[in-house]
Amino acid sequence: MKKPITITVNGTERRDEVEPRMLLVHYIRDVIGLTGTHVGCETSICGACTVMLDGVSVKSCTMFAFQADGASVTTIEGMASNGDLHPVQEGFWEQHGLQCGYCTPGMIMAAAQILDRNPDPTTDEIRHGLEGNLCRCTGYQHIVEAVQYAARKMRDQAATGD
Amino acid sequence: MPKYVGQRVKRTEDPRLIQGLGHYVDDIKLPDTLHVAFLRSMYAHARITSLDISEASHAPGVVAVYTGKDVAKVGPVPCAAALPDLKVPDYRVLASDHVVFVGQPIAVVVATDRYAARDAIDLIMIDYEELPPVVDVEEAAKGGPLVYEEYGDNIAYKLTAGEGDIDAALKASDHVITQRIVHQRLAPIAMEGRGVLARYYPGEKELTIWSSTQIPHLLRTQLALMIGMPENKLRVITPEVGGGFGSKLNVYAEEALLGWISMQLGKPVKWIEGRRENIQATIHGRGQVGYVEIGCNNDGTITGLRYNVFADLGAYHQLLTPAIPTLTGLMLSGSYKIPAIQINVTGVFTNKMATDAYRGAGRPEATYVVERAVDLVAAELKMDTVDVRRKNFPAPGEFPFKTATGLFYDSGNYDAALDKALEMAGYKNLREEQKKGRDEGRLIGIGLSTYVEICALGPSQAMPAGGWESATVRIEPTGAVTVLTGASPHGQGQETSFAQIAADELGVDLNAVTVIHGDTSIVQYGIGTFGSRATAVGGTAVYIAIEKLKEKATNIAAHMLKTDASNVVFKEGRFTKQATRAASAGAAAAPEPEPDVPVGEAPAGALPEPDADGNGVTIQDVALAAHIARDIPPGSEPGLSATYFFEPANFTFPFGTHIAVVEVDRETGDITFLRYVAVDDCGKVINPMLVDGQVQGGIVQALGQAMYEEIVYDEQGQLVTGTLMDYALPKAAMIPWLELDRTETPSPVNPLGVKGVGEAGTIGATPAIVNAIVDALSPFGIRHIDMPVRPEAVWRIISGQA
Repeated sequence: MKKPITITVNGTERRDEVEPRMLLVHYIRDVIGLTGTHVGCETSICGACTVMLDGVSVKSCTMFAFQADGASVTTIEGMASNGDLHPVQEGFWEQHGLQCGYCTPGMIMAAAQILDRNPDPTTDEIRHGLEGNLCRCTGYQHIVEAVQYAARKMRDQAATGD
Repeated sequence: MPKYVGQRVKRTEDPRLIQGLGHYVDDIKLPDTLHVAFLRSMYAHARITSLDISEASHAPGVVAVYTGKDVAKVGPVPCAAALPDLKVPDYRVLASDHVVFVGQPIAVVVATDRYAARDAIDLIMIDYEELPPVVDVEEAAKGGPLVYEEYGDNIAYKLTAGEGDIDAALKASDHVITQRIVHQRLAPIAMEGRGVLARYYPGEKELTIWSSTQIPHLLRTQLALMIGMPENKLRVITPEVGGGFGSKLNVYAEEALLGWISMQLGKPVKWIEGRRENIQATIHGRGQVGYVEIGCNNDGTITGLRYNVFADLGAYHQLLTPAIPTLTGLMLSGSYKIPAIQINVTGVFTNKMATDAYRGAGRPEATYVVERAVDLVAAELKMDTVDVRRKNFPAPGEFPFKTATGLFYDSGNYDAALDKALEMAGYKNLREEQKKGRDEGRLIGIGLSTYVEICALGPSQAMPAGGWESATVRIEPTGAVTVLTGASPHGQGQETSFAQIAADELGVDLNAVTVIHGDTSIVQYGIGTFGSRATAVGGTAVYIAIEKLKEKATNIAAHMLKTDASNVVFKEGRFTKQATRAASAGAAAAPEPEPDVPVGEAPAGALPEPDADGNGVTIQDVALAAHIARDIPPGSEPGLSATYFFEPANFTFPFGTHIAVVEVDRETGDITFLRYVAVDDCGKVINPMLVDGQVQGGIVQALGQAMYEEIVYDEQGQLVTGTLMDYALPKAAMIPWLELDRTETPSPVNPLGVKGVGEAGTIGATPAIVNAIVDALSPFGIRHIDMPVRPEAVWRIISGQA
């Protein structure tokens, strides 16, 4: 009953056969072996499993791998480029936006999506944009500051054409 | 001025975690791993009348199915709490005939992948005979259906504690105020649930268990006893742990079962808890219903406090279940001089999951009772709550302060933290705004909490299984510094903060230090991370181990410098010969002539000539010399490492003032925050950024308890809040901006002067928030409201339908 799928993950095209019921997150973690994407609730509430699917953040625990056939997926492992951290990753490090780190990959993907859509969000806009992601450690304040840090950095980079 | 301690040092843990490169249990992949799923009780109370696993056993991919009778040799889940006349149910790792809560494990399927294991669970045929459950703690205490017929009642234990003549004190008081107070059940909800991977090596007879736990060594000891194997053949590894909050300060049936199954099958087996399982069968927190009586005189002096409490223990004891309310009893003096205090605990069995340590563990309950009671006094006497608090504080000169609960608070300056918080909040103006707002029909509330907490658990005399912590510090031949800590951090950042301590004390770069934890085969025995203890107890062990190591290094350095150890100075990583007294006094005395050393007497080998440049030797030079050991002081021990087990002489008592300002919407009952100010004093600070993170996270968990979170069982004992769709965790948009500051009163209990901060938020913040809400509703004659304070309850009060 396995079905063939073609998915581009972090820029690399893959062809696999998967059971139709296999969740995208299990495909990413168990078939491809990219374990940075985490499972936290299985009900789309916590967002630990957030990845980018064709540039839009989705919760990979509530989607079948088969549904991602033909799509391009970016996971946390694909955020840094050539050894340079993504500004959002840098922001989380600089501003202590993580403690246990379990929600962090999903949080970073969601934050990157916020800044994709709005390079200069207000505090309230950041908080609203993160409502689909739960963190039990930080109380969110340092995460908000991490996103603000990344926003500044990305605006500076855009301004200097870097 | 230390280079690292006290500084905002970025975490060394983070680069791997922000790139998805850390390894939590489920990220560890071993070849041929089998996957495990559990059949769990769907009833709160029932007899199992039949259990048929034949179809499940033959399902595709299934390797084995085990039931209670198969695992009869695995010992019961341990309880470490020792209380007089405590009833301890024989709680087995799989239930055989009697189930006592929804989620209790009954059977286990082992299969080639997690989907096959889960499928086969549905093929197990089970029949139950339902028994009447008892859910409400007060009903269970009175009688009600019995969780265990053989006990004759649902009372697990009764305990009275405290000092002073409480009856006389209350009788002599001008006023006695009583209030029923509910501390609802909460779920800790670490974002990573529990998970276990077990691998048995039949040839070596060695079992390795990777578990998401806060206590690797204690877990190893207990699992060795449960499984019946030599402790030194069992290795527990805690990889990255995705939060604990006390829920992983435990020994669970699943951990022993996975080890046992791996031994039966000779293959690695893995179980990753789902969120529904996590809410059903990982410990809950709080769960107390109590009645407080507080006595006071007309001038605001508190005269006595009694708390009669029913503790909802659940259906059996996990590791510390019955001990949690005893911590409540210890902290009932709060930050006040109360001459007579009494707690009467009734520990009660109910048909629910066991309660145990959740961030704060009994102390948030005490603080909430005391801080609410102080506001009740203020309301009764029509005094400002600030004045009542101040009137009853012990003065800074009264420390160590002895409470009527038998504790000695180590140090404190409660007025200083209160003053700072009042100033930050602009308290006088806030009261004026509140008054003005009320005239305009707005409902603004200001709530305070001037809390004290008990941390750095703790002296072994007062702990169920040791309260010390261990450290080994080594300098490797290359000069790399290795710190092995028995503490087992899981988000608190001790890989960084312990490295800060070591780097400063050894005068090396932070990046030269690696902190290793959470592997019982690498790290000497330790106790673990809980009770705000890791830095105050574990960090102190690191500090003292370094002092020992430096003593040894000084002797070797003296030998290398061809002088006496008393003549050697260590500064910024370098040992040098002390300048002579005359030289240090600034006199132009010629340096003492060096004795001639015959060349070639010490075989140098690969070693550079010590002190060739006259600038002394570095600690790295000493480490290499200590390992090559051809030229160290005669009779001295080669190598350069030191181990220390630190036993604290007392707990520590951090404190602070939190101020919440809320506004209630008259139409909807919605509560919004106008301000949140917190001044915490956790003694000396190793890394202010990490301290802020701990405080913020704690406050938000407290806010969750105050306003959103509640584990709800219906009257049949069914768990109603079984997913994160029903159990409401605080989200980013629900949180006010937290305005934080600190005062710093060092602890005399340890040489670092640190106190601990992990639980300050959950202890200090909850009463501030509820006090603010009650204050906002005081125009309606409200003096108390139970948590979680939902808009519906508020709306009912406003609209006169309470």
